[in-house]
Amino acid sequence: MKWDEFFVFTHDPMLFAAMISIVLGGLAIFVGLTYFKKWGYLWTEWLTTVDHKRIGVMYILVALVMLFRGGVDALLMRAQSAVPENGLLNAQHYNEIFTTHGLLMILFMAMPFIIGLMNVIIPLQIGARDVAFPRLNAVSFWLFAAGAALLNISFVIGGSPDAGWTAYFPLASLEYSPTVGNNYYSLALQISGIGTLMTGINFIVTILKMRAPGMTLMKMPMFTWSVLITNVIIVFAFPVLTVALALMMLDRQFGTQFFTMSNGGMDMLWANLFWVWAHPEVYIVILPAFGIYSEIISTFARKNLYGYKSMVVSMVAISLLSFLVWAHHFYTMGQGVMANSIFSIATMAIAVPTGVKMFNWLFTLHKGKITFTTPMLYSLAFIPIFTIGGVTGVMLGMASADYQYHNTMFLVAHFHYVLIPGTVFAVIAGFHYWYPKVFGYQLNERLGKLGFWLITISFNVAFMPLFILGLNGMTRRMYTYSEETGFGPLNMLSFVGALGLALGFIVLVYNIYWSARYSPRDTSGDPYDARSPEWSTHSPVPVYNFAIVPTINSLDAFWYAKKNKAPFFEGKYEPIHMPSNSGQPFLMGVAFCFWGFFMVFSWWIPAIISALGIFATMIYRTFERDHGYYISVEEIERTENALRGDKQ
Amino acid sequence: MKIDNSLPLEYSTEENRLKILGFWIFLGAEIALFSTLFTVYFVLVNGVGNGPSPKDIYELKMVLIQTFLLLTSSFTIGLGIHAMRLGLKKAMMTFFIITLVLGLGFLVFEIEEFITYVHEGATIQTSGFLSSLFTLLGTHGLHVTFGLFWGTAILMQVKKQGFTPETTNKSFIFSLYWHFLDVVWIFIFSFVYLKGLM
Amino acid sequence: MKIKWALLSLIFTITTVLTGCDQPLLVLDPKGPQAKTLSDTIIFSMVIMAGILLVVYILYAYMLTKYRASKMGEDYEPPHEEGSHTLEIIWTLIPVIIVVVLSVVTVRSTSDVEAVPKGYEEDKPLVIYASSSNWKWHFSYPEEGIETVNYVNIPTDRPVEFRLYSHGPISSFWIPQLAGQKYAMNAMINELNLVADAPGSYIGKNSNFNGKGFAHMDFEAQAMTASEYVQWVEDVKETAPKLSEKEFNSLLEIDFVGRKTYSSNHLTFSPPPVGNHGHNPDEKDGKDASEDESNSHEEHNQH
Repeated sequence: MKWDEFFVFTHDPMLFAAMISIVLGGLAIFVGLTYFKKWGYLWTEWLTTVDHKRIGVMYILVALVMLFRGGVDALLMRAQSAVPENGLLNAQHYNEIFTTHGLLMILFMAMPFIIGLMNVIIPLQIGARDVAFPRLNAVSFWLFAAGAALLNISFVIGGSPDAGWTAYFPLASLEYSPTVGNNYYSLALQISGIGTLMTGINFIVTILKMRAPGMTLMKMPMFTWSVLITNVIIVFAFPVLTVALALMMLDRQFGTQFFTMSNGGMDMLWANLFWVWAHPEVYIVILPAFGIYSEIISTFARKNLYGYKSMVVSMVAISLLSFLVWAHHFYTMGQGVMANSIFSIATMAIAVPTGVKMFNWLFTLHKGKITFTTPMLYSLAFIPIFTIGGVTGVMLGMASADYQYHNTMFLVAHFHYVLIPGTVFAVIAGFHYWYPKVFGYQLNERLGKLGFWLITISFNVAFMPLFILGLNGMTRRMYTYSEETGFGPLNMLSFVGALGLALGFIVLVYNIYWSARYSPRDTSGDPYDARSPEWSTHSPVPVYNFAIVPTINSLDAFWYAKKNKAPFFEGKYEPIHMPSNSGQPFLMGVAFCFWGFFMVFSWWIPAIISALGIFATMIYRTFERDHGYYISVEEIERTENALRGDKQ
Repeated sequence: MKIDNSLPLEYSTEENRLKILGFWIFLGAEIALFSTLFTVYFVLVNGVGNGPSPKDIYELKMVLIQTFLLLTSSFTIGLGIHAMRLGLKKAMMTFFIITLVLGLGFLVFEIEEFITYVHEGATIQTSGFLSSLFTLLGTHGLHVTFGLFWGTAILMQVKKQGFTPETTNKSFIFSLYWHFLDVVWIFIFSFVYLKGLM
Repeated sequence: MKIKWALLSLIFTITTVLTGCDQPLLVLDPKGPQAKTLSDTIIFSMVIMAGILLVVYILYAYMLTKYRASKMGEDYEPPHEEGSHTLEIIWTLIPVIIVVVLSVVTVRSTSDVEAVPKGYEEDKPLVIYASSSNWKWHFSYPEEGIETVNYVNIPTDRPVEFRLYSHGPISSFWIPQLAGQKYAMNAMINELNLVADAPGSYIGKNSNFNGKGFAHMDFEAQAMTASEYVQWVEDVKETAPKLSEKEFNSLLEIDFVGRKTYSSNHLTFSPPPVGNHGHNPDEKDGKDASEDESNSHEEHNQH
């Protein structure tokens, strides 16, 4: 093996700086942990944890880091295209950057942020003490982390994937993408994808089987409903990704003929497999967002969610339709009028259940008593902005018109108008909303609102111009364009918006820092006078979640208990069975990361050794006899008193 | 841990019931996985390029032997679970061992079949059809291989610990897995081999 | 909230000013019947969408101004509302109707732009093979026996049938002012029908990312009157060199070339792929496409 194949040194100062900062950041964390002697704490409290709340926090932490990684990519792209004939980045760097931007934002930012929130909140919302399989949950996280690490290594040592996040064949084949970039793609996504699949199984069982007594399906909070449906999509969509990535790996590294141009391969098979997964994937990140908005809007309108049943029905409808529209990503493939028409109609049909949801949110506000907190602002901004994304989606769904939108900035504008107000606003809103539940204090409202205005306004400045650019014929993924095209001014405007967005996210992070230092302790556990069960326990939540499992006889049971001054928890303390921590999931993740890395470079012997390492952790697991431990009644009393003592 | 004695041992605790449901959902994902592989196969089956076509290479005899071995193993594991419900440790272990041996036999013949193909110049790299065939069969075969190790590990635990809520739960889940592989094989047998030979 | 609206309208103003009224947007400035159909479809859908946005925004503004906590009084307690069947039916049915209308428009316009433009069915189309290689466009005129690289000349008011394929990764052939785009792929031919109404020079490009040279993969589509076109073909036949196999292969290898003109074409020694989905006409995908294709051919014949 050659060193230059391994370290693809970049001569681009901006990329180099980013690379150095990643390395220095890692080093700083390492030194800091050693200096403050926190390695033990890190190991026992975090790396080995099986507590769903901590796993959720780790997911969100990684998601935030990836948000900045992907955000820097976005800034570089917008900077490069701000003026015609710009020399900031060359074609290769630009291609790598938009590829990683897409991958990171969808798979390593949006998804883990959502999964993090579901980890923290779902057991609390259904009155459970943990997820169904706490250990598997940790495995999920560490596999996801291993995948994320692997993809980021490609950035540090060079050779990122560069064929777009869609990685269409034959472009992504060994012939046209000879670097290891797309090997990183197939392996990093594979590893984290398996983790996600496990999450899907885990949460379906959790929600189906571990709800508090009395909570029937139609009494579940809307976020729980959305997560249940999302996880069903995960379980059926992710195996398709698993297969697609495996075939990609086989084609690139083992000389098979799945997507080749001769010997009976079929290049469009990749596009079909990819979108059969990737279209549902979009709904995996959007449905939980709908759930989050439902919770927040009903809390701050101080009203129950309007049209609960139709909300559920429409989500189920969306999830079914999400599997039937994949071909609208390539109407231009020449599949004929018939196929295009069918997929067009299916695509536009999604607008109907989505519209139902929109009106239900609007009517939840009707006769409400709206307070404009930061999470509520994000949720309210979602409605008008997402509607733009939605209606442009219908426009793109029309096959004929799509012949003019396909591959243009119009499309780019559309999906950013869907994903940013849809998913990103939702996770930020959820982050602000549930932050006190996890950490015991609220984020600062002034800073929160400042961040909100910066983000919302800049978002529109950044992406509205792209609609116009698209209609003017500017295609996506162009690293440069000439002066005569006239694309310059609008791209500059978009760059200004991107800078504003960056500023908004900096304010958000500063808010985390500021609030950690100065925010007053929230002692109530229920700072918003909210409705769903997660607010009934203390903040921060004790390890066992609920000292006594509540009985939940209606939707918003907690709200009615408060209103009627009735007790929400009845019964007396009993010993609580808890799962014990384990280092096995972490080690398994490490082994997977090494395996992936060696596979990328086709170093078979080390890869086999790492694979044996993976199996070793599995064998350890099957022979392990671990029955968890019990928290005694005295200890529960002590914890509860301490948490209650804070209130005085 | 609360043990409900009215249910079979493998269902007796809450944790066990969760695990069985979880495994069913996992099998749902596996169905999605194999459906995708079948789709890939059906799409590429005519993409023979310069290589052989299904008719040229499939041999009914080999396939029938494999089918017989795997179907029998599915039956014996069913007997094993029945013995487990009756609390017959020895019988259960015997049936499990027979199952694993039959599984091993299946694998031997499958590898033999692969070797024959390769000797005839039909490798995974030859054509789209053969890539998809080897991948579909290989994925199934890897599942069987994994099952052999898993089954052995469970047998060792049953031997040492006897029937406990954990070991019976593991054995039961393993039997679900094994039956599932059998079902997949039936599809492979009908839609890959028989259809290919027609 | 007011600030937000002020800002939003500001953005709209800026963008409209910036795009300027002097030059209409490319896609909405059609120069042929196909692009015209698409432009009409787009504008029609925009109007409907604007209507939907308006309804949502009015409701939204109403809810936000009327039901703010600051206006509702300290002891106001929002009522419990389960939902309303009447309302739910209304906001399911109206979108359904809109979707139906849009579907009809979609199906019609899609079959329109896939077929030979109306009024030109009788005319003999000019066939041009447009094939992409990294990162160039090769245009072969089988009947005229000429070939160009990175520019294409077509006569106005005559149907042109582009047959698209690729010598490498998937690209997408797009002349925004004349017709919508279509993929050029390796193992199959895609057909694109268009007519240019007015003489002029139009931007054509590959819109599908295909690697390093993607941003520079554009070409000029020059529409000229029939007589000018005939004249040009004659000129090419007389003055341009022949395209040898060797020269063509070296063309495929080079990343970028300027414009080239040849008095013979590569179809003779490097024939285009046959069939619609390559090797696999029996397969489901392929079947749909080939059926549609043959249907549309039948339609042509009937006219």
